[in-house]
Amino acid sequence: MASGFLKRLLPALILSATAMTVQAGESITLASTTSTENSGLFGYILPIFEKATGIQVKVVALGTGQALDVGKRGDADALLVHDRAKEEAFVAEGFGAYRKDVMYNDFVVVGPAADPAGIAAAKSTDDAFGKIADSGNAFASRADRSGTHSAEMRFWKAAGKNPEGQAWYKASGSGMGATLNMAAGVGAYTLSDRGSWANFKNRQDLKILFQGDPTLYNPYGVILINPVKHPHVKKAAAETFINWITSDAGHQAIADYKLHGEQLFFPLKAK
Amino acid sequence: MGGFSQAFADAFSLLWDFDARVFEIVLLSLQVSGLAVLIGTFIGLPLGACLAVGSFPGKQTAAVIVNGFMGLPSVVVGVVVYLVLSRSGPMGDFGLLYTPSAMVIAQVVLVVPLMAAIARQVVEDTWRQYREELAALRFGWRDTVRVLLHDCRFSLSVAVLAGLGRAMSEVGAVMIVGGNIDRSTRVMTTAIALETSKGDLPLAIALGMVLLALILFLNAGAFALRTSVMRRFE
Repeated sequence: MASGFLKRLLPALILSATAMTVQAGESITLASTTSTENSGLFGYILPIFEKATGIQVKVVALGTGQALDVGKRGDADALLVHDRAKEEAFVAEGFGAYRKDVMYNDFVVVGPAADPAGIAAAKSTDDAFGKIADSGNAFASRADRSGTHSAEMRFWKAAGKNPEGQAWYKASGSGMGATLNMAAGVGAYTLSDRGSWANFKNRQDLKILFQGDPTLYNPYGVILINPVKHPHVKKAAAETFINWITSDAGHQAIADYKLHGEQLFFPLKAK
Repeated sequence: MGGFSQAFADAFSLLWDFDARVFEIVLLSLQVSGLAVLIGTFIGLPLGACLAVGSFPGKQTAAVIVNGFMGLPSVVVGVVVYLVLSRSGPMGDFGLLYTPSAMVIAQVVLVVPLMAAIARQVVEDTWRQYREELAALRFGWRDTVRVLLHDCRFSLSVAVLAGLGRAMSEVGAVMIVGGNIDRSTRVMTTAIALETSKGDLPLAIALGMVLLALILFLNAGAFALRTSVMRRFE
């Protein structure tokens, strides 16, 4: 009978449900960015950390703005994000206990191989963004308060352009991957971190058209959520992680991660 | 573009190699959605039956609301459950956010209205047929609900399967409350969303095919079970 079947199914499901919540060992929740997760960096360095300390790091990959919100609500133990101005404000407002430099990579401007705006010849990032605005070619924006979106807004401002509301400005409101998919689909320019681009497979006609300018520098910082504000924060385990990722061993792991033979993230020595 | 043939090849090799990671993800999908539907069954079906046979003021309104909530957007459920379970929310002390339990809770909220609405319709149709007989037996509403739920159990399996389909296929709620954490809260749908965002469309479609095959397999199993059980009753 059906109810007999249910009676047999019930204990199995309840058992498996307890098995899925009870996990061996300690763990912390790290709110981070899609760039670090999508580039495969965490998949490489976190097992090394877990092996050394027995602490599992659960990564929730969001935009930097969203990750900071999650931190404010106390839903993570630590953050690893890339928007230095917002990070410093976060600590100053008392949401974070402190911030430490971890690593950097850089942004690249990608676009259709034909380069209708001619940004490959641009002299600076501002010049490249100015050329894109003048050409009227589509530009796909993250528009999600992520670190990449913040950087993009800085570049528009420096170029003296206001893209908001323009027909060519496509505000995707989504992650790096979704925005790259959009750019590939409509032949738009977009700003990407190098890691997400390197690991992105649906490139179609897109290629890197502008890179290497010092303003494209993209530093990442790690923040401990303030245990005074949120007493449930796993301070000891989170600090073990923060100390490791800013140590020589952590730096070595970051530098060792390569995708298609290319190093994507460069450790930042604490001053 | 050889996208689809690549996807077929990928799906096949995923199943053929019995990729351990994929297996973990499939297992978690089954656990989370299975548990959510089980809990949903014990809430949704009696609720639907009560709405069908009960007589109380606002009954029609309640029926309309339950029917309307069948279309509850999963992302809205995700945000609401997130705010409730967040450390700064009313149930924050339990620390459930970003755990499989949070995903079960969100999916229960999603499937209960759907299961209740289908159960209400099924039970009401049967009740109309046997109303006189049940009244003659002087059954109270509680007994009526019990008898009708038992008598309609085969038709009600559709409600359970609909709930399972909705739970296993939604991505909005589990993404927000589970966080798509590797080896912890990553299920089929969030894995598909992740591979799409990485631009690995063939792998995303391959995972989608595995998910679809799984849902078909579960439905076939339920169908076979139902047929064999019904045969015993004839």
